[in-house]
Amino acid sequence: MRTTVSDTRIEAELPSPPDELVQLLDPEGRRIEDPLYDPYVSDVSGEALLRLYEDLVVVRRIDVEATALQRQGQLGLWPPLLGQEAAQVGSALALRADDFIFSSYRENAVAYCRGVELPQLVEVWRGTAQSGWNPYAVNMATPQIVIGAQTLHAVGYAVGCRHDGVDTATITYFGDGATTQGDVNEAMVFAASFGAPVVFFCQNNQWAISEPVGLQAQRPIAERAPGFGIPSIRVDGNDVLAVLAATRRALDRAHRGDGPTFIEAVTYRMGPHTTSDDPSRYVDPLQREEWAAKDPIARVEAHLRDAGVLTDETAASVAATADEVAAAFRAGCLALPNPAPLSVFDHVYAEPHTGLARQRSQQEAYLRSVGELEGGAE
Amino acid sequence: MTELTLAKAVNSGLRRALADDDRVVLLGEDIGPLGGVFRVTDGLQRDFGTDRVMDMPLAESGIIGMAVGLAYRGFRPVCEIQFDGFIYPAFDQIVAQVAKLHYRTRGAVRMPITIRVPFGGGIGAVEHHSESPEAYFAHTAGLRVVTCSTPQDAHTMIRQAIACDDPVLFFEPKRRYWTKGEVDEDADFPFDRARVLLEGADVTIVAYGPLVATAIDAAIAAGDEGTSVEVIDLRSLSPLDLDTVEASVRKTGRLVITHEAAQFGGLGAEIAASITDRCFLYLEAAPARVTGFDTPYPSARAEEHFLPDLDRILDAVDRVLGRQNALTGWSAS
Repeated sequence: MRTTVSDTRIEAELPSPPDELVQLLDPEGRRIEDPLYDPYVSDVSGEALLRLYEDLVVVRRIDVEATALQRQGQLGLWPPLLGQEAAQVGSALALRADDFIFSSYRENAVAYCRGVELPQLVEVWRGTAQSGWNPYAVNMATPQIVIGAQTLHAVGYAVGCRHDGVDTATITYFGDGATTQGDVNEAMVFAASFGAPVVFFCQNNQWAISEPVGLQAQRPIAERAPGFGIPSIRVDGNDVLAVLAATRRALDRAHRGDGPTFIEAVTYRMGPHTTSDDPSRYVDPLQREEWAAKDPIARVEAHLRDAGVLTDETAASVAATADEVAAAFRAGCLALPNPAPLSVFDHVYAEPHTGLARQRSQQEAYLRSVGELEGGAE
Repeated sequence: MTELTLAKAVNSGLRRALADDDRVVLLGEDIGPLGGVFRVTDGLQRDFGTDRVMDMPLAESGIIGMAVGLAYRGFRPVCEIQFDGFIYPAFDQIVAQVAKLHYRTRGAVRMPITIRVPFGGGIGAVEHHSESPEAYFAHTAGLRVVTCSTPQDAHTMIRQAIACDDPVLFFEPKRRYWTKGEVDEDADFPFDRARVLLEGADVTIVAYGPLVATAIDAAIAAGDEGTSVEVIDLRSLSPLDLDTVEASVRKTGRLVITHEAAQFGGLGAEIAASITDRCFLYLEAAPARVTGFDTPYPSARAEEHFLPDLDRILDAVDRVLGRQNALTGWSAS
């Protein structure tokens, strides 16, 4: 772990402040050449891009199914990612298996790409558990609900990786609203001071529930990072190729030991903040229409059709795959068991705690006395 | 056995923990070359390096949040919060993250984080440097809260806190940092068990941290007047060792609890309620609390009017014995 501020390295070639969006695929699906970023995605064309397309379609389909499950009373809440598929899939697929993720609660496509089992995506939202998966099984922390808190965890983990002598990178996801939080600003100071191998991945989806990004930032968010000594990239968050390229570039820096990078993925939250939200009270329909024309999936589809890789038949096959995943997702969700009554006492502490043990045994006796507990303690 | 001040005893405990386990890392403000504002980390960065003893940028939430990430990675971070009154910027990370991550992840992620906090008044300090915020943390599930009153306990308990797989708030009684006592590095005892310091038959006084010494003074003074007082040092505030207090109160039938923290919703209220629950038929009098008042901590030259002292404790001893004084409602005249 380095403890001085003087050796934070800032690569000269990273724009600082970033003056334009990195874009490799425009909204019409035209491939835009970029000598700097093209090499990072030279392996992604034809069939490889088709697989990316399938991932985008599948995560959108899962998201639609989750919203339906919420409307049917099977989930308490769901935070849709509609519109942010490219930002999440592109960045998640840039990661190595050993890279570690600290995300917020909307990165369900990241979790999907990470190999999280389908029902585990909704345990938190169905209310059967506070987390869906074991973080160490997929190298992804359980999603953070407190805005921005996870960014500091990422810096600590990253510093720990370097202390361990491994070149693992850490990435943390957060939104435009989070950039106002003290924790995110502290995380950037700490990351810069310690040269932490961490990527700050901000999905600027233009909204913090009902508050437009203009309430958080008067200038592009990516412009803040250089002030902390962290180079930044501003990327078209609806362009999966550009996001993949930018994240790979930032991760390369981290893997090389060149310190933190900040990415602002400019995107748009096409749905509500959560299923409890009502965007009709604050979203300008014209603005939403403008962003609908920049859809992250449509442009990949257009590009693949132009290239002759995607036909009506392949598109139908991808849609069928997505439907199958959604059906499995739904079935897995409905099969999640409710927690046992005394499970509320489990895992509060790692070691025995006398006060809690007494409370648990009293509750167990009470449940038995009223016939709500039979047989074993659970 | 070595004679050490309480501050040096914490230092030697930290030194042993760093030497015994290379996953132990220290994080804090001014803990490096300066050795901390109370010199508790004196010499540790020199001997264990800047990777193990890290001076932190000035942000308490950042320190604790970074410790969470290090713990995720398998480290055992020991964080120093410079003064009690500066812990609040870290409150969210402590209460919403450190305390809950083991529960949230169904035991997958452990948070063996120790948070050292010099606490309490009596040193003539400015605002924010004399507070007793322990009840906030004792109220939070997932945290353990302990405090020491002697150099021996300081040394042994800081090592146990660091070795514990749960997060531990470790409150150090800053006005007792310079108290000297014998320290046996090989001593071992369960750090969540209270200790009966003085045995007595008439009244039980429960204290912790800086007021343990005051409680002993009060017990000696009461003894001179023929009252036999038992003194219990709680050591652990979460969990509370109520079994030890219960056994004592069954014997004495009278309970006085003292702490510097405000009375309302404090540890004294919890102990009084729990002991009343457990010992109702053994109590000869309602439990009495001698605490800081429900005011902000006052200015330095007024702190003697705020802090529990020997006379106020003796006054409460009189009260639970049914002797007349101002608070029993009897007129002295």
